[in-house]
Amino acid sequence: MSEASLYFLQQLINGLTIGSTYALIAIGYTMVYGIIGMINFAHGEIYMIGSYISFIVIAGLLGMGMVALPVILIIALVIAVFIASTYGWAVERVAYRPLRGSNRLIPLISAIGMSIFLQNYVVLAQGSRDVALAPQISGSWTFGDPQLFEVSLSYMQLIIWAVTLVCMTALTLFISRSRMGRACRACSEDQGMTNLLGIDTNRTIAMTFIIGAALAAVAGLLLGLYYGVVNPFVGFIAGLKAFTAAVLGGIGSIPGAMLGGLILGVTEALTSAYFPSEYKDVVSFGLLILILLFRPSGLLGKPEVEKV
Amino acid sequence: MSQLLLDVNALTMRFGGLVAVNGVNLKIKNRQIVSVIGPNGAGKTTVFNCLSGFYIPSDGSVLFKGEQIAGLKDFHISRKGLVRTFQHVRLFSNMTVIENMLVAQHRHLNTNLLSGLLKTASYRRLEQESMDRAAFWLEEVDMLAFANREAGNLSYGQQRRLEIARCMVTQPELLLLDEPAAGLNPNETKQLDELIVRLRDEHEISVLLIEHDMSLVMGISDHIYVIAQGTPLADGSADEIKNNSDVIKAYLGEE
Repeated sequence: MSEASLYFLQQLINGLTIGSTYALIAIGYTMVYGIIGMINFAHGEIYMIGSYISFIVIAGLLGMGMVALPVILIIALVIAVFIASTYGWAVERVAYRPLRGSNRLIPLISAIGMSIFLQNYVVLAQGSRDVALAPQISGSWTFGDPQLFEVSLSYMQLIIWAVTLVCMTALTLFISRSRMGRACRACSEDQGMTNLLGIDTNRTIAMTFIIGAALAAVAGLLLGLYYGVVNPFVGFIAGLKAFTAAVLGGIGSIPGAMLGGLILGVTEALTSAYFPSEYKDVVSFGLLILILLFRPSGLLGKPEVEKV
Repeated sequence: MSQLLLDVNALTMRFGGLVAVNGVNLKIKNRQIVSVIGPNGAGKTTVFNCLSGFYIPSDGSVLFKGEQIAGLKDFHISRKGLVRTFQHVRLFSNMTVIENMLVAQHRHLNTNLLSGLLKTASYRRLEQESMDRAAFWLEEVDMLAFANREAGNLSYGQQRRLEIARCMVTQPELLLLDEPAAGLNPNETKQLDELIVRLRDEHEISVLLIEHDMSLVMGISDHIYVIAQGTPLADGSADEIKNNSDVIKAYLGEE
């Protein structure tokens, strides 16, 4: 392979890695939109909290002298998922449920408020500076021509791919096969009818917030380990990116969010590879504008049908 | 005297100054098909909305199995065994036929998440039961062959039948059908006619029907109520209604 194609392959690997985590976060946006038709702008903050919690747990366990890394990571994952889900549930309970049935704009404003609140709460509790964690998973698998360009696929990247794949498969099975998933789908189609059939729609809605938050926490752990650094403001930009991914794939569509995340990740990686890397955000948000202008229903979304 | 299944007295619904329903009475016994007819805008659907909990009646009483249900929430009323359909089909159109049937039985299944994850014996038994019930009712409405089709892709007549089947798996005692024959072709109307009669005769439930298709109404109703401009005009058997001069006047105008 030529140098150029090896270089391209490397960017593709990097892009798919970041894209996987965007996809994980985007699920939370798309599921919540699918079921109650609102954009949960506090979702990025849940990701950030998930990242912080996993850092705290990992640092704590290392400090206690634990050495078995897989065990540490699994404990961190479980705790981060649990606490972030609690946050997701609480945000819905406190800031959105009381506003159910009001004008669509009102929960949106409440969501922005919640986002600012959570961000500043973490600034107060943890300080606004970067918190760093030494790389835990090192090593990589390299191939290509050492003379020209060596492509490296780090173990961390492989872990991100594997975990994302597992989460997405589990989610797809849950939504399509389980009883609760069936109720979720029914609820997103016709909430009134679902309620009439005796399904507790509030509980179903709370469930989607919990699932979204859990996946965001997984992304928080993965990206935290990948970058090795976290600060209270990472949720904002990651949230916007994941939102872009969700819109790109078609908001409300779960496969759309997965696809949108990957496309966005790869686009960003390629942009920063061939252009000055400052352009990557320009390109991704430019993409958002183009999608909203020319295909507002996204790649896999269904066109909105005006209800009579 | 046998107890009435549904006993509606002096039901009144006001929207501000507008009186949409004024002193309507309805009496339904077990295993009866009762129809409510009247010109467009007579307030028939408003009556349905009051009975099924979509509106809180301004006045009057609604006794279902002897219990006051006026003012209860819609899902409480449907849990008590009074279930309705709508003028417009309201299926979950992105879900398959069988999924529509299973969603309707959601609350009959054990709600414990853990037992669902572990697939305990009792959970499996309940799941099997709801599957059996779904299959039974799909067979009854002649839809079993379409079980894995997406509901949105069915023909209109099939969607109507599926909607009735979906109501039936919740095991109601009184089924409220709001213009079930609207938009059906004569063949489909005939199937519907037979289905409603079978619900009464074989499955021993009562049906309250709003319908504009007079041959359907006259053919199957045990009792007919006529309302015009929200006010009760007449009630009686099909023959009595056909020959009632007030009813003819309300439909065709004064001579």
